[in-house]
Amino acid sequence: MIRHDFIFAGIDLAVLSTGALWWPAVRTLCVSDLHLGKSERIARLGGTMLPPYESHETLARLEGDILATGAQTVICLGDSFDDLPASENLDDTSTLWLARLMAGRRWVWIEGNHDPGPVEFGGTHLAELHAPPLSFRHIARASAAGEISGHYHPKARLSVRGRTLSRPCLLYDSDRVIMPAYGTYTGGLRSDDATLSHLMRPEAVAVMLGPEPRAIPMPRAPSQG
Amino acid sequence: MAWFTARGWAPHPHQLAMLARAKTPALMLIAPTGGGKTLAGFLPFLVDLAENPAAGLHTLYISPLKALAADMRRNLMAPISDMGLNIRVEDRSGDTPASRKKRQRADPPHILLTTPESLALLLSYEDAPRIFAGLKRVVVDELHALAESKRGDQLMLGLTRLAAMCPGMTRVGLSATVEDPPALARYFHAPGCDILTADPGPAPHIEMLHTNTPPPWSGGGGRYAIPEVLEQVKRHKTTLIFHNTRAQAEIFFHNLWLANEDALPVAIHHGSLARASREKVEAAMVAGQLRAIVCTGSLDLGLDWGDVDLVIQVGAPKNVKRLVQRIGRANHRYNAPSKALLLPANRWEVIECHAAIEAALAHDLDGDPRGPGPRDVLCQHILITACAAPFDGDRLFHEVTRAGPYSALSKEAFNACLDFVATGGYALRAYDRWQRLLQRPDGLWQLRDPRAAQRIRMNIGTIQDSDTLKVRMKGGRGGKPLGEVEESFAASLVAGDTFLIGGQIVRFEGLREMEVLVSKDRGRKPKVAVFMGSKFSTSTQLSARILDMLQRSPLPDLPAHTAEWIRLQASVSQLPRAGRVLVESFPYEGQAHTCVYGFAGKNAMQTLGLLLTRRMEDCGLGPLGFVATDYACLIWSVDPIPDPAALLTQQGLLEGLDGWLAQNALMKRAFRASATIAGLIERNLPGKRSTGRQATFSSDILYDTLRKYDPDHLLLNITREEAMQGLIGFARIQDMLTRTHGKVDHVILDRVPPFAAPLFLEVGKVPVEGAGAEKLLTAQANRLMAAAGLS
Repeated sequence: MIRHDFIFAGIDLAVLSTGALWWPAVRTLCVSDLHLGKSERIARLGGTMLPPYESHETLARLEGDILATGAQTVICLGDSFDDLPASENLDDTSTLWLARLMAGRRWVWIEGNHDPGPVEFGGTHLAELHAPPLSFRHIARASAAGEISGHYHPKARLSVRGRTLSRPCLLYDSDRVIMPAYGTYTGGLRSDDATLSHLMRPEAVAVMLGPEPRAIPMPRAPSQG
Repeated sequence: MAWFTARGWAPHPHQLAMLARAKTPALMLIAPTGGGKTLAGFLPFLVDLAENPAAGLHTLYISPLKALAADMRRNLMAPISDMGLNIRVEDRSGDTPASRKKRQRADPPHILLTTPESLALLLSYEDAPRIFAGLKRVVVDELHALAESKRGDQLMLGLTRLAAMCPGMTRVGLSATVEDPPALARYFHAPGCDILTADPGPAPHIEMLHTNTPPPWSGGGGRYAIPEVLEQVKRHKTTLIFHNTRAQAEIFFHNLWLANEDALPVAIHHGSLARASREKVEAAMVAGQLRAIVCTGSLDLGLDWGDVDLVIQVGAPKNVKRLVQRIGRANHRYNAPSKALLLPANRWEVIECHAAIEAALAHDLDGDPRGPGPRDVLCQHILITACAAPFDGDRLFHEVTRAGPYSALSKEAFNACLDFVATGGYALRAYDRWQRLLQRPDGLWQLRDPRAAQRIRMNIGTIQDSDTLKVRMKGGRGGKPLGEVEESFAASLVAGDTFLIGGQIVRFEGLREMEVLVSKDRGRKPKVAVFMGSKFSTSTQLSARILDMLQRSPLPDLPAHTAEWIRLQASVSQLPRAGRVLVESFPYEGQAHTCVYGFAGKNAMQTLGLLLTRRMEDCGLGPLGFVATDYACLIWSVDPIPDPAALLTQQGLLEGLDGWLAQNALMKRAFRASATIAGLIERNLPGKRSTGRQATFSSDILYDTLRKYDPDHLLLNITREEAMQGLIGFARIQDMLTRTHGKVDHVILDRVPPFAAPLFLEVGKVPVEGAGAEKLLTAQANRLMAAAGLS
C-alpha cells in the first residue's frame, strides 16, 4: 500500500494515494466528498448527460482501500451523495455494491452540505463524530483543534522545470486536516485561495496525491502588503 | 448601373455576370482579394428590391467576422442612399444590443448581415420560420475561409434548414482563389453548383527579401533582417508584415521598434490583443496613418485595410494558398499587381520560401481535401433543431444529407448522433428518466424539458477559445486591459517574470480573480516570451515540391549560402527523395543520434518522434529525447537503431499509437473540443468561472472515465478521428509510409551531417520520460520541504 505517514495530534495517520485517510491504531478509514450520483443529479437538474460511471469508479477505489487496509470502521466525511435524491436514485449496481462494502463493519455517515439528512443506507448517521483526540466534521471550524474535515476539495500546484503539476492534496497543520475529495467527478480549490490560506497555519503541509503521495509546503496566497 | 456610371466606375464583367444569373439556385464566385466580389453578390438584390419593394427579410449575408458584417453595412448604405432606395440594412452578432436583437426578430430588416453562430442561434428560436419567411437570397462571404473550419460545417447545416423553410431561396458563395473550386462548390451546394471565375488580374510580384546577413541555422521570427525590413517600410506607403505566430509577431515588433530610429508610425495587430487596441490599429490603418503593421492571421480576412502596397511574409508560409491570399492584401486595387517579399527565418526556410514562390507563380495551390462533416457539429445541429420545434428523425436525416459536408452521411451514423443527443448514447442506459430528447407518441422528437433550450442556446457555436486569462495593468481600480494569454502560460509565471504583449515588456505581478496583473518594465530583454499561437504544418503539396526541388539538376537559383549547404549534404550523405525515407545514424557527444526525414509537417513529425521513441523503449535502445520540425525528426538514444525500416512499419506504429494516443494530452484537448461542440460539456461562461470552483472538474476526468467504462462511445470515436487528422497528424504519417512503400535509405555516418545540424539548435526538445515526471517531482518536493525546514 503506497501511503504517506504523518503524525497529527499525537496520532499516527497515513494518506493513501487515492486520497483516503488511514488511522491504523483503530483500524479506521476515512474518505470525504464521494459525491455519489453526481451525473444523475446534473441530468435531473437539466444539465448534460455525463458518462454515468463515476459512482462505480468511486466505489471500486473505496473497495480497493477497504480490502488493502482491512478497515473495521469507515467514516464518510460528508457530501457522500451529490444530493439526497441522488442517494435514492443510485443505480442498482451501486446500491448493492455499497451494501456489500458496509456489511460486517462499522460505517459512519457524516452530514455534508450536499447531503444534510439521513440516507437509506443503514450505518450511523451523525452531524459530527468525536473520537478523542480527533473530531470528524464536514466543514472546518476556525477555532477547532484535532479536527479532520473535507468540503473544500483542496488541490496544490507545483512548478517542476517549467511544467506545472496540479493535483488534489490533503492539507494539515497542528490543528487540522483538510481532506481531498474522493469522488471521481470532483474538481478542486487551489490551496493558494484566500479561504484555505486563512484556515491553515503558515507551516501547513500539502500532501499531493498521485502514484505516490508527496508532501510539500502548502502553496499559499501571497501575503498582502 | 446608373450608380456605377455616376461615380465614373465601370462594373467588372463578373459583376454583370452575377446580375445575369440572379435566378440561379446556387452560384459560387471566385475572385481574387479586392475583386469587388462582395458587391457582386449584392447587386442582384439591390436591383430586385428596387423593382419589387416588399416588407420582411430579403437577403441574408453571412461572413466569418463580426467586423466584416458591420463594415459591409456601412458600404451598402452608400449605394442605397444614393439610389434613394427605402431599404433597411442591419447587422447582428454577439455584440448587438439585446433590444435591437429582439426587434430584429419581430420585424426583420430587408437585409441582415450576420455570422454563422448568430444564424445558428436564430434558427434555434421557435419563431424561426416567421423570421425567415420570404427570404430570397443568402450570400456567404469568405466561403474559402469558412470551409476550413467547423464554422463552415455548421453554416452548411444551417443553410439546409433555411432551404427547407424558404423553398425559393437562392444562394451565392464568394470565395478567394482556391485549389479545387468544384470541391468547394460541392461543399457549398451538394452535388455542386455553377462557378463564376473573375479575371485573376495581373500576376503578383513575389520575391525573396535579400539580406546582408545570411539567415540563422534555426529558429523563427526573422530578427536578423530588421534593417532590410525597415528599409522596405521606408520605401513603401503601408507595409503589412505577416508572422505565423503571435509570439513571433510580438518579438519582431519589439525589435523593429528598438531599431526604428526615424520613429515611423508602426503598430502590431493579433488575435490576443484587447479588442480596443485592435480597433485602434484598424482605424489608424484605414485612415492611412500607419507605415507598417506587424500582424498574424488576424488580418487575413477583411475589407480594404487602407492603402497597403507591400506585404512581407516572415517565416515560411507553410501553405501556398494562404500565401497567395495574403499577397492579395497588397494593392487592393483590382488592376495593379500585388507586391510581396518573403523573408525566410532560417536555412531550411530559404528552400521552402523558394518552393512557395514557384508554386504561387505557377498557380499551384495546396489544400488538404476535406473529410466528411464532423459529427460533433451534427450533434449540435440536432440540439438546435430540437430547440426550435419537435422534429421528425427521418426528415431531418434527409435534410442534413443535402449539406455538402454531410452528403455521404449514413443513416446509422445519423442515428448514433441522435441517440447521443437524446440519451447520452451510453452502453449503461442510465438516463431513461432524464433524457434530453423524448420521442412523442406521434414519432417526433422534442426536448424533455423545454427550459433546456436556454442552456443549449448559450452553448451554440464551434469556435474553441482556449482557456485564456485577461492581462491587465496593475493600478487603482482595474488598470488598462492589454490582451490575453493562455491559462497554462499564466500558471507558469512567477512574480517578476517579464513577457511581451502588445509590443511592450511587462512584469508579472500576480493573479487576481482570473486576471493576470502586470506592471510596466523598463528592461530591454524579456525573460519569457512564449505564448501559443496557431502552429501550422507545412502542407503536403509544398513538402512534395521541396523534395522535388532538391532532386533537380542543376539546383534552382538559391542564395549561395544555402546552395553550398545543399551540395555539402549531397556529398557527405544523401538528399532526401520523394519515394524513400532517408534515415541518418551518427554519434554526437557520446550519444547515438538518428535523423528521420519524413517531410510530413510538424504535427506529424512530432507524433512520429513520440511513436518511434516508444518503440525504441520497447526494444531496449534507451531513447533519451527527440525534436521535430516540418521536415525531420532527430532522436538521441543510448544505443543506435540497427534497422530503422523495421521500426517504420505502419502496423508497428499503429500499435504504438493505440497505447500512447489514449493517454496523450492532445487527445484530451481534442476530446474537450468535441465534447463541448456536441453538447456534453457546457462552455465556461464568463463570470461563472470564479464561483463554485469545487463544483467544476476537468474534462480529462470524463475522458478517462469514458475510456475505461465505455470505450466505443460516439465521442471517443469522434475524438480519435479528429486527432488523427489534426494535432496528432497520423494521417500524414500514413501518407508518408504509403508514398515510400517502406523503402528506407539508411546512411551511417561518423559525424553530424549538414541537414541534421540545424536540428540540434531547434527549441522544443521533448525528453522521453516514463517515470521521469515522478522523479522530478520527488526531487523538487524534497528540496522544498528541506528549504522550509519541514522535513
